[in-house]
Amino acid sequence: MNVTLTVNGVSHTVDVEDRTLLVHLLRDHLGLTATNIGCDTTSCGACTVLLDGESVKSCTVLAASVDGQSVTTLEGLADGERWHRVQEGFRAKHGLQCGFCTPGMVMAAVSLLAENPSPTAAQVREGLEGNLCRCTGYHNIVAAVLEAAEGSVAR
Amino acid sequence: MAESAGHATCSRTVSILGTRVMRVEDPKFLTTGGVYVDDLRDPRLDGAGHVTYVRSVMAHARVTVDVAAASGVPGVLAVVTAADFADLPPPPPPLGFIPPALARPWLANGVVRYVGEPIAAIVTESRYAGEDVAELVSVDYEPLTAVVDPRDAAGDATLLFADHGSNTALAFEAGSLDGLFDDCEVVVTQQITNQRVAPVPLEVRGTACVWEGSGDDARLTFWASTQSPHGARDQIAAALELPPERVHFIAPDVGGGFGAKFGVSIEDLVLAVLSRRLGRPMRWTETRTENMLGMGHGRAQLQTVTIGGTRDGRITAYSLDVLQDSGAYPHFGAVLPFMTQLMATGTYDIARVAVRTKSVVTNTAPVVAYRGAGRPEATAAIERAVDLFAAEIGLDPAEVRRRNLFAKDAFRLTTQVGAAYDSGDYAGALDAVLAAAKYDELRAEQRRRRDSGDPMLLGIGVSNYVEITAGPEAGTEFARINVKPDGSVIVYTGTSPHGQGHATSFAMLAADELGVPLDRITVLHGDTDLVARGGGTGGSRSLQLGGAAVHQGALETVDRARELAGDLFEAAAGDIVLDKARGGFHVAGSPDDVRGWAEVATSADADAGLIVDTDFSATGATFPFGAHVAVVEVDAETGYVRLVSMTTVDDAGPVINPVVVEGQRHGGIAQGVAQALFEEVRYDEDGNPQSTNLTDYAFPSAAELPDFTLVDMATPSPLNPLGVKGIGEAGTIGATPAVQNAVVDAVAHLGVRHIEMPTTPERVWRAIQEASK
Amino acid sequence: MIPAPFDYVRADSADAALAALREHGDDAKLLAGGQSLLPLMKLRLATPGVVVDVSRAADLAYVREDGDVLAIGALTRHCDIVSAEVVTAHAPLLAHAASGVGDRQVRHRGTIGGSVAHADPSADLPTALLALDASYVVRGPAGERTITATEFATGFLETVLAPDELLIEIRVPKATGEAWGYQKFTRRAIDWATVAVAVQARGGGTAISLGNMGSTVLRAASAEAALAGGASAADAAQHADDGTEPAADVTASADYRRHLARVLTKRALAAAGRS
Repeated sequence: MNVTLTVNGVSHTVDVEDRTLLVHLLRDHLGLTATNIGCDTTSCGACTVLLDGESVKSCTVLAASVDGQSVTTLEGLADGERWHRVQEGFRAKHGLQCGFCTPGMVMAAVSLLAENPSPTAAQVREGLEGNLCRCTGYHNIVAAVLEAAEGSVAR
Repeated sequence: MAESAGHATCSRTVSILGTRVMRVEDPKFLTTGGVYVDDLRDPRLDGAGHVTYVRSVMAHARVTVDVAAASGVPGVLAVVTAADFADLPPPPPPLGFIPPALARPWLANGVVRYVGEPIAAIVTESRYAGEDVAELVSVDYEPLTAVVDPRDAAGDATLLFADHGSNTALAFEAGSLDGLFDDCEVVVTQQITNQRVAPVPLEVRGTACVWEGSGDDARLTFWASTQSPHGARDQIAAALELPPERVHFIAPDVGGGFGAKFGVSIEDLVLAVLSRRLGRPMRWTETRTENMLGMGHGRAQLQTVTIGGTRDGRITAYSLDVLQDSGAYPHFGAVLPFMTQLMATGTYDIARVAVRTKSVVTNTAPVVAYRGAGRPEATAAIERAVDLFAAEIGLDPAEVRRRNLFAKDAFRLTTQVGAAYDSGDYAGALDAVLAAAKYDELRAEQRRRRDSGDPMLLGIGVSNYVEITAGPEAGTEFARINVKPDGSVIVYTGTSPHGQGHATSFAMLAADELGVPLDRITVLHGDTDLVARGGGTGGSRSLQLGGAAVHQGALETVDRARELAGDLFEAAAGDIVLDKARGGFHVAGSPDDVRGWAEVATSADADAGLIVDTDFSATGATFPFGAHVAVVEVDAETGYVRLVSMTTVDDAGPVINPVVVEGQRHGGIAQGVAQALFEEVRYDEDGNPQSTNLTDYAFPSAAELPDFTLVDMATPSPLNPLGVKGIGEAGTIGATPAVQNAVVDAVAHLGVRHIEMPTTPERVWRAIQEASK
Repeated sequence: MIPAPFDYVRADSADAALAALREHGDDAKLLAGGQSLLPLMKLRLATPGVVVDVSRAADLAYVREDGDVLAIGALTRHCDIVSAEVVTAHAPLLAHAASGVGDRQVRHRGTIGGSVAHADPSADLPTALLALDASYVVRGPAGERTITATEFATGFLETVLAPDELLIEIRVPKATGEAWGYQKFTRRAIDWATVAVAVQARGGGTAISLGNMGSTVLRAASAEAALAGGASAADAAQHADDGTEPAADVTASADYRRHLARVLTKRALAAAGRS
């Protein structure tokens, strides 16, 4: 079947099997490999992307279901050379190590801050409950998101 | 340019080492994402066959496989079983001293020995077809008795490998049990389960490979998610009975390893054979379920500790008995009790010690290395034992520790079990962490809550730890420093980072000696054609061996450059000075005429520049140490445990980059906490795994953890020029017993003396119920 | 992991969904937000031949007041329930329970109807809706019928819904200004409830429902009766697990679940002002 969707501002029409998961459409059909797959059970959040601006787990969305909708992946987050403040926050606070959870973690944080621009540390922890990281112990991820949130206040 | 050079001059008049340099790795990860095996779009992999494994659903059975239905499906390139590997001997075991009779076959050969063992491999044109076709492979299981409990395995009633004649793979021992506790006023004993846990790197295992050329010239390029590219290359070459140079191994970005990705797995090796036979590139990326079933697990020890001493708190005797569950095919896990034995007494000066260990095979997934690998088990045992001893004599556990620690002036020393500790200040670490955690105030708050009948109980847990990094043998590591004709530098290292930040830290080490700015230095690793040799990253070895090699290589590069500059100046090398601030050489006393790195490197070779290869060899392992304080709140009604705080001293000598080291500590602490509170791989009595995905396996998220409070301390090692020790595993080792001790401490006044890990709400609740009977 | 092959049918309205169900019969499965169904399909524990995707059925996504009742379209997402002012005003228990479903990403996708129809006894929304005396409007070939929350689930992941019926609306009697309590016990924030207890006061009476204390969500009838008979909250809570048969699994034993039901009921009652 054909699925037409906008990814990072570009419209694509892709011929896929009916059962194709959104994450596979992104990775295998469009070559957007930043979005990773870390589990089978909607647990880890590595595949988190924005669907019409809201975070979803792209391993648990059928490609067919998002026909006509708009997807943003990590590759489309920066405005040209200008990084999103969440990307800046992760860099400034060393919020990543092996980098595998990072694309999903960043996109989840972007969505969290869109809905709650000035969260407390506890709200950041609760807000990222759907994203697992094995490297950082989350300490610096929380700091990174708070850094990005504070930035939004400053601007 | 002038401005930035001026800035660099200023900043490089002091050492860059120890400063907070942000990682050079991060921009890629934060914009396009890393390139992990499954992300590879190398044109040589076009048209790759996709491999899917059919795995055993029984723990122990004779199997007959019928692949006919699967083989005939359009798009299926091959379906292979053990019979297709009859012409190849099984790959050599991953470690030399594992008995060959316990080697695992390429694919299950008539008998399966754990749920998840690969029985058949399917190669399909499309990735999606693989799982469909796997359902068409028919496996007939004739059940055998499943040996799941290692105590049953040790009894040898059912043998997993008849040819070996026993389920015992390896055994180690140290010290004598004779009269060990004879003069003790107090003796306490406890059985402890150091439970099986899953490493769970966020990136699962993945492989891609392609053969190029033909006949004896054919060469294999092999990508896999590994911590040790050169070791993996040698493993592949040995399995295929090829000279190593016919294998080109590349570790792309690796999404976490934690010990479990040291080397490559049988599932990786099969691809090399399939690719050769089918004349196609091959790819394999496992699912998380497969990862939970088959990558291997960590820990898995049954321990008995006995500790004895005087009523005033002096520990004089300690024994540790370890029964290691190695899983079905002995891997690193079978050997880890040796490390547990070596670190058995931890930070304590105990006169008499005896350790007995035995590793047995069971019908469960193989036990592999996992963050700490043998040392966390030792620390958990002795730290729990010290708390039990303190409780028995009614002394504060921190005070008991203080009375038994090796003294600061005792180093270097060799322990009763033969570990040669290089340096340490254990009491200093304990005092620092107690002060930072405000230990006395915590105890007062605990008393207040107990006295007032507050159902939210406070628990305070302390651990002292020492561990061994880059051991037990004295290690060696390779580095190449290549100053290019344009004056930029490429550092090649035999370590293979997967999140540890070597590209930043090793560049800092080179920059510090060469006087070349960081942004002109690139660190390369992970490719066996680019890097001559290497030991990879594991056992927290990288900085003290690989970093020391870079440091040594940089010094040798400067020496060689002074000779070259001497030729340029027509002066003796001994009169040449490196001006790091200006990044060039001049004759002593004539600072105006400076020849830069570019000119000097070009004079060595106009194309390649200046190349210096070096191998750093340590004279011994190092022993990082520290002390942790965990604070928990326990809901006395439900048994629910909330981790309130972790305060830690983790002393691994001088810090090259605090950003990276703090990150290693945070991650290590979280994994240690996770073992104490959350995680456990369980099998039922028939050997069926009960936690095969991240819904059932309680991997904690940010919501379950607090911020961590890190206290700095740096005691140098005498065993390398940087004075550094490994930091990768330290946090994990210290955190687990601190948290477990805290949970027990919270309910100790109710009569509870021990709670097994993970200290789940139900376990805590049951412990309270039983103590109140 | 990927689902077994199926044919995809998009149904952007209730009528289109019913037509598709009629056409494909037992082989068809409705897909709403997919946050429970797709994981089961990836693990191949569910293998429908036809997936009827109603996730974009706009006529079923709404929250509105209908006299004394809140009418919630079955395709209303959890995140929209959390933020809907009429829900926080008239059924704060429901808004609170919705805020704890899965994680943020799941709440952006999952729907109230999907959760109700999936009938997992440990799920937040069915537990809360049972205490709220909600009823479910179902449309099928023979027209509409309304089923009470008590009657809806018949077993683990089983309901009275026929294969050709569609859950279209959740009707919640307003509980404006009434006290409530919700206690969900989990090891990790993202986990399904080990046990959950919802308490909703209404006109002097108190409803208590239990999540994950049996194969369906349950009312704690004995505890409710004890309260109605004048027992203290602490004494009534001691009857919370009466007649239940909770499962034993990797997370908890049956005994521990019973204990939790009693403790959580006491706490939920306290939160609802009952002592």
